[in-house]
Amino acid sequence: MSEMNKTGAPVAGKVREALREFGLPRLIIAAFLLLMFIIAPFTGANFWSQITNVFNRFSWNAVLVLAMVPMVHSGCGLNFGLPVGIIAGLLGATLSIEWGFTGPVSFFMAILIATPFAIAFGLAYGWLLNKIKGGEMMIATYVGFSVVSFFCMMWLVLPYTKGDMAWGFEGTGLRTTFPIDKYYGGVLSNFLRIQIGKLVIPTGALLFFALLAFLIWAFLHTKTGTAMTAVGSNPVFARAAGINVDRIRMLSVVMSTWLAAVGILVYEQGFGFVQLYNAPFNMALPAVSAILIGGATANKASITNVVIGTILFQGIVTMTPTVMNGLINLDISEVLRMVVSNGMILYALTRKTEATR
Amino acid sequence: MNGKKTSGQKLLGFLGANSVPIMFIIIIAFCIPVVGFSPTFLLNEIVTRLSRNAFLILSLLIPIMAGMGLNFGMTLGAMAAEIALIFVTDWQIWGIPGMVLAMILSVPLSALLGLLCGKILNAAKGREMITSYIISFFMNGMYQLVVLYMMGSIIPILHNNIKLPRGYGVRSSVDLTHIRKCLDNLLAVNVAGVRIPLLTILIIAAMCLVIVWFRRTKLGQDMRAVGQDMEVARAAGIDVERTRLISIVISTVLAGIGMVIYLQNMGDMATYSSHSQIGMFCIAALLVGGASVDKASIGNVFLGVILFHTMFILAPSAGAKITGNEVIGEYFRVFVSYGVITIALVMYETKKRREKAGIGQQLAAAQKEGDK
Amino acid sequence: MSNQAPLLELKNIKKDFFGNQVLEDINLTLREGEVLGLVGENGAGKSTLMKILFGMNEIRETGGYGGDILLCGEKVSFATPFEALEHGIGMVHQEFSLIPGFTATENILLNREPQKKSVLSEVFGERLNTLDRHEMDERAENAIEKMGVHIDGNMVISDMPVGHKQFTEIARELSKEQLRLLILDEPTAVLTEQEAEALLDSIRGMSARGIAVIFITHRLQEILNVCDKVVVMRDGCIVKDVPAKETSIPEITRWMVGRSVNTTQEDARPIPETKTILSIERLWVDMPGETVRDVNLEVREGEILGIGGLAGQGKLGIPNGIMGLYDAGGKVTFEGKEIPLNSPRKCLDANLAFVSEDRRGVGLLLDESLEWNISFPAMQIQGKYLKPLLGGLVHWRDEAAIREVTQQYIDELQIKCTSSRQRAKELSGGNQQKVCLAKAFALTPKFLFVSEPTRGIDVGAKALVLKALKKFNRENGVTIVMISSELEELRQICDRIAIVSGGRIAGIRPATDSSEDFGALMVSQVV
Repeated sequence: MSEMNKTGAPVAGKVREALREFGLPRLIIAAFLLLMFIIAPFTGANFWSQITNVFNRFSWNAVLVLAMVPMVHSGCGLNFGLPVGIIAGLLGATLSIEWGFTGPVSFFMAILIATPFAIAFGLAYGWLLNKIKGGEMMIATYVGFSVVSFFCMMWLVLPYTKGDMAWGFEGTGLRTTFPIDKYYGGVLSNFLRIQIGKLVIPTGALLFFALLAFLIWAFLHTKTGTAMTAVGSNPVFARAAGINVDRIRMLSVVMSTWLAAVGILVYEQGFGFVQLYNAPFNMALPAVSAILIGGATANKASITNVVIGTILFQGIVTMTPTVMNGLINLDISEVLRMVVSNGMILYALTRKTEATR
Repeated sequence: MNGKKTSGQKLLGFLGANSVPIMFIIIIAFCIPVVGFSPTFLLNEIVTRLSRNAFLILSLLIPIMAGMGLNFGMTLGAMAAEIALIFVTDWQIWGIPGMVLAMILSVPLSALLGLLCGKILNAAKGREMITSYIISFFMNGMYQLVVLYMMGSIIPILHNNIKLPRGYGVRSSVDLTHIRKCLDNLLAVNVAGVRIPLLTILIIAAMCLVIVWFRRTKLGQDMRAVGQDMEVARAAGIDVERTRLISIVISTVLAGIGMVIYLQNMGDMATYSSHSQIGMFCIAALLVGGASVDKASIGNVFLGVILFHTMFILAPSAGAKITGNEVIGEYFRVFVSYGVITIALVMYETKKRREKAGIGQQLAAAQKEGDK
Repeated sequence: MSNQAPLLELKNIKKDFFGNQVLEDINLTLREGEVLGLVGENGAGKSTLMKILFGMNEIRETGGYGGDILLCGEKVSFATPFEALEHGIGMVHQEFSLIPGFTATENILLNREPQKKSVLSEVFGERLNTLDRHEMDERAENAIEKMGVHIDGNMVISDMPVGHKQFTEIARELSKEQLRLLILDEPTAVLTEQEAEALLDSIRGMSARGIAVIFITHRLQEILNVCDKVVVMRDGCIVKDVPAKETSIPEITRWMVGRSVNTTQEDARPIPETKTILSIERLWVDMPGETVRDVNLEVREGEILGIGGLAGQGKLGIPNGIMGLYDAGGKVTFEGKEIPLNSPRKCLDANLAFVSEDRRGVGLLLDESLEWNISFPAMQIQGKYLKPLLGGLVHWRDEAAIREVTQQYIDELQIKCTSSRQRAKELSGGNQQKVCLAKAFALTPKFLFVSEPTRGIDVGAKALVLKALKKFNRENGVTIVMISSELEELRQICDRIAIVSGGRIAGIRPATDSSEDFGALMVSQVV
């Protein structure tokens, strides 16, 4: 008995240590998702179409979550200002359509047109964040809101004319939501799409995410990328090593903003609609909590965190409604999403280890 | 340390410190002639909104005093008030008794939520604002869980007219006709065409007195100390955590009572959205009145309500007159609310950083002086 | 009175921090109204002794202390500073403990405010008592009067000159009725001459009222002026306990720094008479707590120059200012070319390197691997350990080269670690210091600033670090400026030693000069 205890104690300790490292909320979420997958078949939901759903939602959202990575690496914290980049993406989308591009070309033109906006917004946003180091998260949130609400006015005022998006008769203002089948709806998802029975894999969209993720991964292995990680890890060390901390932070903000712009375009091509006005308000928190669920902290995030986090988060969001509906005919997915995503952020904010610096 | 300032510098300092209110006065001065509202209409509107919102905004003062910044968690109190009002409406207790009962019911609920919020904020020192902001979202999810799914199924709701057709959950709008303006209409007086809800105003005035008195109490003094330097306060034997907790609980409870006053004036409650924006508008109003993240007075509250809501009344019509589109004015006021909060936060952070610099110049100057 | 038990008696006080003995057999007595001057170099154990006396948490957290404290003949042991306060011991710390937006009165009576009951407080509890402002003013006024130095009770702390903040703190202690013993930790450091004079008067006043004072300072003249007796500490022991009348400044200095065995370098060399490689003119640095005020210094090529001095006198500010980590002004010339200040990059480009005293804050990426820590500056500044990809468009990290150089330094400096991939925060202090050195060595600098290289590391690692530095100097011809609080350590490896006092260079002497000479320089211009 005593011998068992001797070996048992350190093992238990190690398990506890591993659990602590992984984090209780993350564990609960993973277990919950697993449970959903197990229950799903009993509620009459088709397993493969569930998997397809998760794939789809992943392919829509992954780039937006990836947009968190550069800023987290440079120590700018979680990018609550994601809407700033999203607005740049929406400008790219609407202008690309306005100028008459259609089909896949309109997607790449949208990215191209969004790029200068993303860079300009990113520079301004980065400059501001450099002025208020330490208070990034709150200010980023409100900068995002200010920009979104400013563009609510702009969507009304800017002289868009294309019938598909503008209100026809009054002649001013864009619609809140419009379909983009004629333009770039599904351009990535349908590219090299694989269909086996009920399982559908949006290969193109996944490849596109893989490409961007690879670029970020590669960037983090370059000299500048190394400097970015060091700035996030310890800005004073980086400064003492001759790094221009402000410039690196600025670069990371521009990268995050650009990724957010591309991310919203990827989201739209999967979703099939462009949503303007108040829609970008609600994009930041799910992306923030997804990367936290994936295991990122306020100044460390990897591509793996992005992938795992997006799968877990989107998995819950897609699985819960089907399962709940099947079981008790009750759709509490919206509430669950709110509680899970904000609960995760709260957990991260209150953890002392993440505030050592 | 600092030499005598010229009057020009003093003026600049004054303008800098009050840039937000001054900006608003300019916007309003520009809008009034464009819109062309009659002074009586404008005054009536302002008085209504003042009596409607002032109490809510007063609830923000105490956490600021305790150094916890703008309490985005005041939404929690608003939720508690809404739940209380749902019950009161369901029990069909009308008029003043209904309102008073709603207030009484909201208190333990708000206190509980405030306690939770305070506990979480104590674990996130230095990040209170973003944390309280996320708490408000988190609790909104919980609120929906309770009101949309549990009310009528687990929690008994007697009358079908506030339930959703499916048999459980509360309708997206709760009719408060029987409570509507019950407080405002009691003791209302008419002065030159402007209707003044005297009782509400008296209650607000009493609240101001309570806050003034509170600042003079031992607890108020402790809160100010904690707000300025937690470590020094702790070293002097003040229970920092408890003091912070109390400040959030008080704020949440006051917000709950304020929300009941707000909704009795509105006479109609949007079950799932009334509370979500109230925090933002109250905070924006307070900041417009010249408050900052670490300093706010009762004067800021009233100046803020008047300026912010005058803009609120004017913006849609002014937008319509200028661009021919009424919606733009609505977007404009949302933009202004967010913009004001952003500016206030940026000013607060830059001020914190500026205070740290500046010693270098003194040293260089001292060396130069030594040369002479 | 004097035939009673003394007010305070310390018997065989001992204290160790994890086996490292910092106090040994401290015996001390203090009578009512007696003023005791406590002097000693930094690290001599003064603050630890005071922390024990004051019941500070960190003493208990590190395993308590040995020996007895007797207060009026009664054995006491304080679990918290509050208990010490109850027994009438007050302490004024070096850092101000004041609420900036409160008036002097409010601060003096912080959390001890006289209160008035009201109806509401009867219901809701005592914390809703209103403050009795009138009574507060009176009590604060009394305390200020007791102190004998006038300050305005209604003035807000943030508007006060530093001196008045110091007096506010003292008045706060005096406002406590039970106060019998007051500990003043370097109270005159921030005062002007007149203010310091006023403070000494007020100490005399307190003494006359029967309050005993323990006065810690580096300004020895003040000790002689005001104290009844002087206690000199060195290396955790009391080396001297004499009446102030019977001693003099040179004598005290000798006791402070003197060693029974004078360590000398085995391989001392003649001081290099080479050309100046780095010249510093009129340097000021705004480093909090280590302000540099007008430093002029010339460093010769190939030498090891030591910079010593008491803590807080500005020796650390010199390298931190030159290397651009803190706001600085003045003129620094390296090899005939002026180096712009406030730009770490320019210094590193000019082939200067710096090992910071703040290992964890500045020196290391705690969350990253040894590989990253050692290779990072060399990679960023000199483009080492990078592979060009796509025709030089992309500078790819060369992991193999990084591992190789890390492994080389791990072997060379005997860094104890599980692998070159281990995170820096998992190493012990001594090994972390070696990583910091390796980081600087990897830059192959011509000139190296090393700041407090042995602070907080064990004896074995200390010797290794010093040896490595000496070897680096001798074999690579690198000029080294080493900043250290430990004079003996400087004397072991330096050619010349400059002493900083009051933010200025008080003098430069060959390392072979006696400790006493350096000691005298250390206290010469103390602020």
